[in-house]
Amino acid sequence: MSPAPLRKWERFTFSERLARFAVFLGFAVALSISLRSVQIIPEFLYDAPTQVADLFSRMWPMDFAYYPAGIHDAMMETLHIATLGTLLAIVMAIPIGILGANNIVHFPLLNWLSKLILVSSRSVNSLVWALLFVAVFGPGPLAGTVCIGFRSIGFVGKLFAEALEEVDPGPIEALTASGAPWFSVFLKGYWPQAAPAFWGVFLFRWDINVRESAVIGLVGAGGIGMVLDTALNLFFWNRVSVILLSIFVVVILAELFVTAIRKRII
Amino acid sequence: MTADTAKNFGPAFKTNWWARAGWLAAFLYAAYAANYLDVSWIRFLRGLGNGAEFLAEMVPPNFSRWQLLSANLMETVEIAIIASAFGILFSLPVGLLAARNLMPLWITWPFRTFIALCRSFHPVIFAILFVKAVGFGPLAGILTLIFASIGFIGKLFTEAIEEISLKPLEALRASGAPFMSVIIYAVLPQVLNRFIGFSSYQLDANLRNSTMVGIVGAGGIGGTLFAAFQRFDYDFLAAILISIIALVMLSEFISTRIKKVFQ
Repeated sequence: MSPAPLRKWERFTFSERLARFAVFLGFAVALSISLRSVQIIPEFLYDAPTQVADLFSRMWPMDFAYYPAGIHDAMMETLHIATLGTLLAIVMAIPIGILGANNIVHFPLLNWLSKLILVSSRSVNSLVWALLFVAVFGPGPLAGTVCIGFRSIGFVGKLFAEALEEVDPGPIEALTASGAPWFSVFLKGYWPQAAPAFWGVFLFRWDINVRESAVIGLVGAGGIGMVLDTALNLFFWNRVSVILLSIFVVVILAELFVTAIRKRII
Repeated sequence: MTADTAKNFGPAFKTNWWARAGWLAAFLYAAYAANYLDVSWIRFLRGLGNGAEFLAEMVPPNFSRWQLLSANLMETVEIAIIASAFGILFSLPVGLLAARNLMPLWITWPFRTFIALCRSFHPVIFAILFVKAVGFGPLAGILTLIFASIGFIGKLFTEAIEEISLKPLEALRASGAPFMSVIIYAVLPQVLNRFIGFSSYQLDANLRNSTMVGIVGAGGIGGTLFAAFQRFDYDFLAAILISIIALVMLSEFISTRIKKVFQ
């Protein structure tokens, strides 16, 4: 009796392997083209370790006395910009998110309009938004707050729309059947189901915004970034190091705070 | 009759006093913070007037300097691709060394701190430091985005490794496999798919950020954007913004296609 012919088992089909190979090949080609055409002066790279060492030696010792004098108020301003900007983003993202949820608003044109607003908000970097609003409102925290708000609409609105689309239709049907007006259907049908996801997104975005509001000051939009910009321009490297350290501490504290709250409410 | 039902069952929806207090607190905070930041309605309205003027000057977008624009876009894409390649390459070992279920504490601790450092600073701050260290130009942008990539991929990759099943590792170790074989045959097959997912996301993120690092002189389209702002060249600015948005949307489209290939 001859043994049964061995079957060859494969994890992927031929076309799947071909597609994977094409992705890797495409990336390798793009990388080699980029490496050839990008304009890099290699001497600068060899010189980098000395320069970095020089930078660190200038940053030491840190000028801690500068914290109460110049940093603390700016840091509070940064935190207020982040929080107020996130609240502003919520106010704008709730209606846009509702427009984008295709189980609430049945007009594809409006859904599409909402998607367009959300994508533009996310594609433009926060620094570019900051530049725009500094040009509009002049330098200061107002530009920063509006910048953080507009930048966050895309993120908050997209995730809120997705949370609304995943809502269980049962309670909605019950409310509609009992003749509830539209606003009550939203408030008692959709909102309670989407609210936990929404608050999770809010906290997550606040955490990101603390990071971002620390740098938008570099282009004049208020907060600690403006202090950093001044210190950099005047080559006060021992102040720069204190500013960077305080940004690091605040960002880590914000992250720990958000993680602690998320664990409690979700 | 209705009064009776109300007495027996109470109101249909209980008032959630905590939620109301929360909304009130948020409102009060907003008023306080707006006052603190000197954000007022008058300034906002005055700004809206400026904004209208600003928008009017942006239309129609001026694409006449398209050669400069396309050269800058090319440089932006190059920065993103090179930085992603090296960032992905470096974050693989960093992620492995930071995983607490594979390595002893004295190895994971410094690598976890390194990842936290890479993550907590916005790329722009790294860009400023690298511009000081290696001079103006795309090299500073590439180094910046390499660190940003290590921060993001490294963290998620470490978390993915910490969630793997330890049974294949035990089996390999019991049969006397050397350390590298344990990594290659027991750890990587469990996490490689997620690693590719994080990497393709980071490629997308690097492209977005490489449009911005030029603002502080680290190469790419950001430098031209900033110059257009400072020269009040708003119609060219509109052209730059439109091409950035188009580039980001294109890359989002490509990355969703890539994700489908690897699912």
